[in-house]
Order: sequence, then C-alpha cells, then structure tokens
Amino acid sequence: MDTSLIPFLLFNLAKVIVVVVLLLMCVAYTVLLERKLVGRIQNRWGPSRVGPFGLLQPLVDGLKLFLKEDLMPEAVYRPLYILAPIIALSCALLSISVIPFGADIRWHGMQFFQISDNNIGLLILLGITSIGVYGIALSGWSSNNKYSLLGALRASAQVISYELALGLSLVGVVIRTGSLRLRDIVGVQAPHGLLSWNFFGGFQFVAFFIYLMAAYAETNRSPFDLPEAESELTAGYHTEYSSMKFAMFFMAEYGNMITVGCVATLLFFGGWTSPFGSFFHFGTGPVATALFSIFWFVAKVFGFLFLYIWVRGTLPRFRYDQLMGFGWKFLLPVAVANIVVTSFCIGLRLPMQ
Amino acid sequence: MHLALFIVFAVLCVAGALNLLLQRHPINSALSLIVVMSSLAVLYLLLGAEFLAAAQVIVYSGAIMVLFTFVIMLLNAGKEERTHGSKLAYIAGFPGAAALLGLLSYIFLSRRGEFGQARLGEYLATTSDLSRVLFRDLLLPFEVTSVLILIAILGAVALARKEH
Repeated sequence: MDTSLIPFLLFNLAKVIVVVVLLLMCVAYTVLLERKLVGRIQNRWGPSRVGPFGLLQPLVDGLKLFLKEDLMPEAVYRPLYILAPIIALSCALLSISVIPFGADIRWHGMQFFQISDNNIGLLILLGITSIGVYGIALSGWSSNNKYSLLGALRASAQVISYELALGLSLVGVVIRTGSLRLRDIVGVQAPHGLLSWNFFGGFQFVAFFIYLMAAYAETNRSPFDLPEAESELTAGYHTEYSSMKFAMFFMAEYGNMITVGCVATLLFFGGWTSPFGSFFHFGTGPVATALFSIFWFVAKVFGFLFLYIWVRGTLPRFRYDQLMGFGWKFLLPVAVANIVVTSFCIGLRLPMQ
Repeated sequence: MHLALFIVFAVLCVAGALNLLLQRHPINSALSLIVVMSSLAVLYLLLGAEFLAAAQVIVYSGAIMVLFTFVIMLLNAGKEERTHGSKLAYIAGFPGAAALLGLLSYIFLSRRGEFGQARLGEYLATTSDLSRVLFRDLLLPFEVTSVLILIAILGAVALARKEH
C-alpha cells in the first residue's frame, strides 16, 4: 500500500492540474465562441482584431482582468464578500472531477481520463450543484446593494425550484442503468451506438428536455438569467465585483456550462462512445481508442455549448412569475410522469424476482 | 488514513457547532450550520454510508440551508441583540447541559453491547443494498413514513394559504 501511495498521489495530482488547466482554457475559448456566435446572430463580426480571427482575444481579456484595479466598496461585509467568488469557482471546478472524458484506459490500475471514479458520481454532481448557489447568494447579500440582493434572492429561489425537476429528470436514466456510476451509465449506451443512447433507444427525450431547461436555469443562463438581468438589475449579484473577483464569477458560470454539457453528453448521448456503435471500427489499440473516445466526447460537448449560445442569442428572458410557474407547474409534473412511465415500461420487461 | 480524516472532520464539525452558537449574526450562524452538516456528510462517508452522505449534502447543505439563508437575506435580519435571559438559565444552564451529557454518555457506554456497531474502514454499503432494505424488507414502514411527510406538507400548504 505504502509503496504505491506516492506514485498514485503524484499521478492524481498531475491529472488534477492538467484537467483544471484544460478546463480554464476551455472556459476562455467558450467566452470567445460565445462572443463570435452571438456576433454572427446579431449580424456583426464579434472580436476579430487580436490575432487571426480574434483567436488571441481570451488571453488579452484575461490579462485585462488581472491588471484592473480590485475595488472593494466600503459598506460590504468583507469575509463573505471575499468568500463568495471562491465558493462559486471552486464548486464549478470540483464538479468536473467525477466526469469521465474518455474510454476506460488504465496504466498500472490508474485511470487516465477521469479524476475520481466512484459509485455515486451522479449524486456528487447534484450535491456540488446545490452547494454552488451559495456563491451567488452570499455575493449578493454581502455586497450591501439592493440590486445585488435582488439578484441573489432570485438566484436562490430559482435554483431551489429547478433543482427538483433536474434531479427527477435523471431518475429515468438511473432506472434504465441500475447504477449511479457515470461509467456504467455510459456503458449501457455503448453497444449499438445511436440506437442504444438514452435519448433515442432509452426513450428519455422528455427527460432530456427537462434536464436541459432545468440546467439552463441552474447555471443562470439565458433565458433564465434573471439573477443578473442587466436591463433590470444593473448586473445582478456581481454588480459590486471587479477585477479578479468578477473574473472568478465569470469563470464559474462558463465552467458550469461546460459541466452541464458534459453531463448531458454522458447521460443522454452516450458519452465518449461513437454514434455508429460496433458497425464501424475506427482502429484498435489503446491509442486509437483513447483518441477517438476523446474526439466524440469533445464533439458532443461542443454541440451543447453551441446550443447554449444559440439559445442565448435568440430567446428573450422569462418573467419571474413565468419562471416559477414553468418550473413548478410544468417541468416538475412532466418529470414525475416520465419516472412513472419509464419505470412501468422497464418493470414490464423484467421478469418477476 | 480513515482515522486522520475522521479526526479532521470531527474537529471541523464541533468547531462549526461552537461557532454557530457564538456568532452574533444570523447569516454567520447559518453558514456554520452548513459546515456542520457537510462535515457530518464526510463522517457518514467514512462509515461507509455513501448514499446517506450524498443525500445529506443535497438535502441539508443544499436545499434546506439555502432556504435558511434565503429567509435571512429576505428579512435582512440584523445582529442579534444581547438580552438578559431568565436567571434560571444563567444558573442552571451549564450544569444542566453537563449533567445531561454525562447521563447520556453513561447510558450509551453502559449499554454498548446492545447497539449495533459501525466501523471506520473499507466497508461500503452500496445504494443497491440500501434500496433492497428500503423497498423490499421495510417497504410498508417506508411508504407509511412517506405518506406521513406528504400529509405534513399538505397541512403546511393548507395553513399558509390565505382565504379569499
């Protein structure tokens, strides 16, 4: 045990560093993607001056945020004002730790494409999401600003309401798999490609749409971006934040977007497995398997990010009462109905034990 | 390893509980309660109850405490004022609590053999073990409890509703 502990720790440390750096790079380029796409949707170019096609824009943005003056207003409640962005960012970074990025490739029993492979991966994701709201809630309260407080109140109410629908929408998938482990959930969807994905073969498309809408609300993205609605609340919960503290909220938001895309991919679209299943083989051997699994995973997650930005560019914001009515009166009953129907169908197919 | 983690999180838990009592501002107390509940979740995990740990974080630290902080923020509750409680509380408070603690620990220690045991270590109760117990062996008590909770929810809604 003790002799293998040190390589184990080193290997995991390396994995954590690589994943965090990659995630932050992805966050930076998701921001660029959003600015580009929203630009095209609004019939303008988006950033195009820094580097070829504006590709160096994220680096310059990061530098700008670092060099800005870190203002701290007089009347804030300091401990929580400083703690809030840290909570938001660390929850966003934590949730990536249970996500498997690619096929189960091991070296001396140590997994390459996942930081932590555990039995209750899905529940851990839900738990971290539910803690993440404190970042927004505390930032709004400690800022001592009416707009921030309103944003924080909206965020808390919204996240609590949509968390139920989000959790319930995943139950159908869990019933079909019989496990909360993310690798098992993907494994069930692997054999026949597209046809065995939970979205098509598992008839979980209702659950998928509930998940998608609830997840947009959980990440406070348009059309559910009421906590920071700039036309009503200046900038909502992060009005009083500047420089790196503001950047931390920003990174948390885009990090959560990427996590939601990963979870949707894993639960409904077969994770890293290819859509052609075993009909086509793209080469054998560990290297080819690893590369293709990563390719499919990244392609699917990219599709979700694209959808996120497309929705942001096209849909207007919900009104607050519409938001609550939609969550409680529509999404929640439909999610419960989906559980009943799914478990009934699966129960009919199973032999009595 | 397990023992070290147990000590760290047990200390964190007790420290959070003490801080909860000593803080004057309700939001700090609420946040200390979150620390207490999250470290309890880690203790459950160390005892091998992984589902319970996750449920503790999702339900208590996630949902219920968000409602607590929501209410504190909504009412914008200020600092607690120092009041002079009853004289009885001043005189009997600490000795009473200490006596109760002594009594309870005496009972638990003397009856140690009759309780089940839980050990820190590699043992893990999986979600499927738990659901087998809940939905097969203890199905009726489980469902009766759910109905009881449902009745409580309906009662709360009925009481809170305004008559028009």
